[in-house]
Amino acid sequence: MWLTSKIKQVLLVIKPGTVTLPYPFEPHPVPEGYRGQPSWDHHKCIGCGGCAAHCPARTIFIRDLCQDLRVMVYDGGRCTYCGRCADVCPEKAITMTKNYELATGSKKDLCTTMELFMATCNRCGRCYEMETKNAIDRMNLKGYRYDNLEMRAVLPVCTEQFDTGMLAKSDRFKRPERIGE
Amino acid sequence: MLANLAKKILPRSLWVYHCNSGACNGCDIEILNVLTPYYDVERFGIKVVGSPRHADVMLISGAVTRPTLPLVKRAYDAMPNPKLVFGIGSCTIGGNMWADSYNVCGGADQAVPVNYFVPGCPPRPEAIIYGVALALGLVPQQAAPVELKQMEFPIDMYERNKAWEDRNVIYELLK
Repeated sequence: MWLTSKIKQVLLVIKPGTVTLPYPFEPHPVPEGYRGQPSWDHHKCIGCGGCAAHCPARTIFIRDLCQDLRVMVYDGGRCTYCGRCADVCPEKAITMTKNYELATGSKKDLCTTMELFMATCNRCGRCYEMETKNAIDRMNLKGYRYDNLEMRAVLPVCTEQFDTGMLAKSDRFKRPERIGE
Repeated sequence: MLANLAKKILPRSLWVYHCNSGACNGCDIEILNVLTPYYDVERFGIKVVGSPRHADVMLISGAVTRPTLPLVKRAYDAMPNPKLVFGIGSCTIGGNMWADSYNVCGGADQAVPVNYFVPGCPPRPEAIIYGVALALGLVPQQAAPVELKQMEFPIDMYERNKAWEDRNVIYELLK
C-alpha cells in the first residue's frame, strides 16, 4: 500500500512541476510598490533636514561643517525602509529603490554620505535658520524682513548661538521713543 | 564512498542554528519562509538544527536585549569551531529603532562577533538567501558605501577666487 501512495504522490507532484525559485543564479523581480534601499539625489536636495527630523529609527544625521557646507550621513544598517523620508522630502530628492540585495560583512557598506552647499541670505550673508522642526513651527517663526530692525538684532549668527530667550525678548521689545532711551 | 562523494559535491553544507534574541518574530517568519519549497535552501545544503552544538552558523535575529545577552553568549560558546554568525534584520546591525534604548545592547555585534549582516525590516527571503550565497561565494557583493557631493560652485567663494586670480594676472604681467 505504501508503494501505491508513493506513486500517487509522485504523480501529484509532476502536475505542478518545479516551484522552487532559481533565485541566487537568476534575479527575482520584486512586487510593485516594494520599498528597498532609499537613494538620495544630491542635485535636488536642498538640505532642509526634513528626512532627519522624521526618521523613526533616527538613521539620518546632519552636521554643519562650516557656514555653507552641510554633511548628511545616512546609516542604512538601522533603516526600517518605512519610506517616511521619501514622503516628507519637499523636493522629491529621495526615492525608494527596489534594491534589497544588501547583505554585507561591514556596516559601513550601507552608509550614504552627502555634502551639500547651503545657500546664504543675500542680505546678511549667513545661512537660513534651519533648526525649526516642522511646518507649523516654521509658520510661527518670524522671518527675516528688511524693515524689521528689531529682528536684525536677534537674528542668530549660527545655530549654536541661537537662543529662544532672545526671540521671546524681541516680542516684548518696545521701540524707543526718544534717542538714548 | 557515498560520504566522500557528498563531501565533493557539497563541500560547504552549513547547518544553521536559529537564535532569537528578542526579535519581533518578523525576521523569524522570514527565516522559516526560506525553508519552504518555494525558496528551498536545502539545495545549498543548509539545514536548521535544534542545538548550537550541531551548528556551523548562528542566525541571530533581533537587537540583543538585556535578558537574552548571557544566553546568546552561551549559545555562541557552545558552537564548535569554525563558526559563522549571521545577523538577520536591521535590529542586529545597530539596534534598529531601539538603538538608544536602555534595554538593548545596540546590535548583535555588541554581544558576539557577527560575520555577515542582512539588512531589512524584515529582510525578504531572497535577501536572506543572498546573504547565505554571499557567504558561500556564489554571488558578488553589491553593497558599497556611497559618497555624494554637490559639485556646484558656492558663488561668493568662486567670485573671491576669481578676483584673486585676476589680481595675480597683473602681477605676472609685471614680471
